[in-house]
Amino acid sequence: MDLNYSREEIAFRDQVRGWLKDNLPADLRDKIANYEELNREDLIRWHKILAKQGWVAPSWPKEWGGNDWSVVQRYIFEEECGYAGTPPLIPFGLSMCGPVLLKFGSDAQKRQFLPRIYNGDDFWCQGYSEPGSGSDLASLKTKAVRSGDHYLVNGQKIWTTLGHCADWIFCLVRTDFGAAKRQEGISFLLIDMKTPGITVRPLILMDGGHEVNEVFFEDVKVPVANLVHKEGEGWTVAKYLLGHERMNTGRIGASKRELAKLKEFAARQRHGGKSLMEDARFRDRLSRLEVELMALEITNLRFLDRMRRTGQPPGADVSMLKIKGTEIQQGLTELMMQAVGPLAQPFKALSSGNGGDAGFDAFTAAIAPRYCNFRKTTIYAGSNEIQRNIIAKMTLGL
Amino acid sequence: MNFDYNEEQQLLADSVRRFIQKGYEFEARRKIVASPEGFSEPVWKTFAEMGLTGIPFSPDHGGFGGGAIDLLSVMEAFGEGLVVEPFLATLLGAQCVARAGSEAQKKAVLPQVVEGKLRMAFAHTEKGARYDLDHVNATAKNSGSGWSLDAEKVVVLGAAAAAQLVVSARTPAGVSLFLVQAKGVKLKPYRTLDEMRAADVVLAGTPGELLGAEGQAMAVIEAVVDFATALVCAEAVGAMKYACDSTLEYLKTRKQFGVPIGTFQALQHRIVDMYIAYEQAKSMAFLACSQADSAANAKERARAISAAKIKIADNARHISQEAIQLHGGMGMSEELKVSHSFRRLTMIAQQFGDADHHLERFASV
Repeated sequence: MDLNYSREEIAFRDQVRGWLKDNLPADLRDKIANYEELNREDLIRWHKILAKQGWVAPSWPKEWGGNDWSVVQRYIFEEECGYAGTPPLIPFGLSMCGPVLLKFGSDAQKRQFLPRIYNGDDFWCQGYSEPGSGSDLASLKTKAVRSGDHYLVNGQKIWTTLGHCADWIFCLVRTDFGAAKRQEGISFLLIDMKTPGITVRPLILMDGGHEVNEVFFEDVKVPVANLVHKEGEGWTVAKYLLGHERMNTGRIGASKRELAKLKEFAARQRHGGKSLMEDARFRDRLSRLEVELMALEITNLRFLDRMRRTGQPPGADVSMLKIKGTEIQQGLTELMMQAVGPLAQPFKALSSGNGGDAGFDAFTAAIAPRYCNFRKTTIYAGSNEIQRNIIAKMTLGL
Repeated sequence: MNFDYNEEQQLLADSVRRFIQKGYEFEARRKIVASPEGFSEPVWKTFAEMGLTGIPFSPDHGGFGGGAIDLLSVMEAFGEGLVVEPFLATLLGAQCVARAGSEAQKKAVLPQVVEGKLRMAFAHTEKGARYDLDHVNATAKNSGSGWSLDAEKVVVLGAAAAAQLVVSARTPAGVSLFLVQAKGVKLKPYRTLDEMRAADVVLAGTPGELLGAEGQAMAVIEAVVDFATALVCAEAVGAMKYACDSTLEYLKTRKQFGVPIGTFQALQHRIVDMYIAYEQAKSMAFLACSQADSAANAKERARAISAAKIKIADNARHISQEAIQLHGGMGMSEELKVSHSFRRLTMIAQQFGDADHHLERFASV
């Protein structure tokens, strides 16, 4: 038993760490560090830097640009990116549509879409959730009716992350309303966001940020060539994607970075004449969170090691990592809120004052909105309650 | 990175688990607990034959030269079976000898321990000490012809079963360790809540043999207690596994309203959280055992062990309480093993320092 990375793995980690240090643009790094919202150009810029290095889609087959990293190397890479504070790689193309096309796509679809996904030429988003279909995805109602060589799509998607940045959307739509089971009669369609009839409406979240949208489809014509897999078998595709979830859902690296930042921030706050880090009540909460993160890192490595040894996909293990990882992320934002104290209140600088806004600390002001924003983590990508259902069913046999 | 046991560790883990399942099932254990000694001499002999008593001692003294990481699977199995034999107590005493004793003392003591012929105990904690390791009021005097000790120690695990004790006492030079023959001490023995045996121990002018350098024992005591803490972390993981597994089984078989209660989502989510807590605790037990052996220095070791004990204490409480709640009234009954796992987990949460103690230590190193 050895809890440490091997010499080769450490060498790989150092290589990645060194490369990130040299290649992560300072302005992007600062934006992340200061909790600023990233725009489409920021995301694409980082994507293209990684694509040029050949590191943007490690798990893809080599012929499509993947590399031969082991599961451990992939994990190390992703965690190092989190630790360094890189912009995220938006998963919708690289980790969702890409793998689906690799598994189910026609040769023409692969040739048309994969290189553009790899190079960041197309920005993708995901059309799954609907107003009436959240956790109960199979109840979706957006319909696609075949008419000659195209489908006519009508309906609405919601919570479409970065839909306002996207060139393409992959959608689950209902093609057969008479199917015996709800999971039948669903199809997987690729839709060009520029197609007439598509309207994107921003949904502003309580932190004031714009990351999700509603997408409306009104008589949208989608070529039949954009159907992936067979008509009516979209659920198979959706299930495949669920099983394809990555082993870094715990986001240990990013949480380690946030923890270090929190400690540094708390050390600068004074409470009762001493540093907040010397306040037993605060410190104990912080320590408990740090210990939980230490445990999760080892748990994650244990699952990874088991996956490497057995060759089995991670299955419900990912659910456990998601639950704990998001609880820790939220815990960190909560302690950051506690650390900032009464200065959590300033939110947006106004230009109407006569003292100028020079004293407005944008980082401090971003802490409370971030706390608000991170409530999403236990809701998105399968709420933590759904994750518990998955573990109960798959692992515990209940 | 490799979380697999090596071949030797795996064989050992399998054989210990097999023995616990066959020779230490709940009924057999109940009889052992009720016996006058509170442990089984034949079981002890079997442990020695399996080589368990030799794991963390040097081959020079007949041992395997292993460490906490080699004891991990053994302690997990002990936790699952709720083994009451004074194994940890013996290791505590004998590890003091192995780490502080002279070569002659090691030769005199350790081979006997390895062979299962000598049980030991570590008499350290005093009234009012709580978890402060340097709270030692016991005294030792050197009259020229040898040392004699005056001490009142409390909750000395395995004292009555031990032939030799390691006792901490203060001399003008500081805290020191002494090897003491058990027949020279007064015992007030009792059964603990978790069905082990312990005693309050009184020494009054009792002769003892100095172990290691006079006044230099604190580093050894801290290292041995960290080692033992790592072992109870591993033991806790086994007891948690039992608590989780038996609760899951109960949810699948107990019917109410015409269906197994495991079909209720309110209960499903709670047992899922128990298993998550178990996995997290297991990860920290791995860390504790690995760092007990290989930490670069005492600070690093203290930080890892305390981190582990925080998690073990918190999750032991969570899992044990939920196991009882999900068993309903049956969980309260002494007839079910799950209530015994509750008692052991409750004690482990406080053994060698509760979560608050280790939070303080974690933050201070």
